[in-house]
Amino acid sequence: MELLINGKTEQLPDDISASQLIEHLGLANERLAIEVNCEIVPRSTFDSHRFQPGDQIEIVRAIGGG
Amino acid sequence: MSSVMKTNSPSIADPLMIDGIAYQSRLLVGTGKYKDMEETRLAVEASGAEIITVAIRRTNIGQTRDEPNLLETLPPDRYTYLPNTAGCYSAEDAVRTCRLARELLDGHNLVKLEVLGDEKTLFPDITQTLTAAETLIADGFKVMVYTNDDPIVAKRLEEMGCVAVMPLAAPIGSGLGIRNPYNIRTIVENAEVPILVDAGVGCASDSAIAMELGCDGVLMNTAIAGAKDPILMASAMKKAIEAGRESFLAGRIPRKRFASASSPVDGTFF
Repeated sequence: MELLINGKTEQLPDDISASQLIEHLGLANERLAIEVNCEIVPRSTFDSHRFQPGDQIEIVRAIGGG
Repeated sequence: MSSVMKTNSPSIADPLMIDGIAYQSRLLVGTGKYKDMEETRLAVEASGAEIITVAIRRTNIGQTRDEPNLLETLPPDRYTYLPNTAGCYSAEDAVRTCRLARELLDGHNLVKLEVLGDEKTLFPDITQTLTAAETLIADGFKVMVYTNDDPIVAKRLEEMGCVAVMPLAAPIGSGLGIRNPYNIRTIVENAEVPILVDAGVGCASDSAIAMELGCDGVLMNTAIAGAKDPILMASAMKKAIEAGRESFLAGRIPRKRFASASSPVDGTFF
């Protein structure tokens, strides 16, 4: 299925979980937060959360800023 | 033996209280614009700051990490993170950013709200700021809010429940210093929450003036990160904030038009 991740279209397996997506993107050891269609996906639900085709996903982190 | 009692350092006797938590440092610093993570770390350490602002941005996907990340360099168990909503031009984006920050930081709910009006001035959009503040406070956030130097708006933000109100001294990153000291003074006099100057200071004396006006603290980034020697400037800012605070507490002499001699006139032999 097609997902929009941080503004880029990606092809991913239909039943991929949020945890698997993070692993797939090489972000497993990063401190991050995920939003799908403007709704937070709590970290505690990463294993069970499944996406829908066309979901808009934002994966964010903390960086230097003023 | 000296009979003079050594007074406590004001930083110990006189903490900055934000939402019931005591901080020893009245200098809050941003973590942007540094040359690398090591310079960030050294400048933050030299500043003595306990509260540091951070930005929330997309992760880089498909890129290898080239340097340690911020959370490793400045661990959140040592510093109080203050995620900001920099770059947001609508209440909606600011609220989304704060919710992501809270999730990212395991429920930490202290945020710096800034909703910008335009790119040229980076002045706050007050109507959007008020809307975002209302939503965030209702959602349990502790909001430290960037605003302009308008005493009426500052009071309104306090009444809404913001835990600190942070008027700008001058446009973000401008280094112009305190453009409207009378308004800052009025904001401070009206306030029952901490007032911190946020943005616009350029050098140590600007920070000291903010503190002498009675501000509870100063938040800055560019003045340190953009200095020729950021680590030295961080140290200068630390001292200026402390000196300005002591000067405010000590109470300055009234201004007079003419001189008054410091040495006694009595006992002169000439």
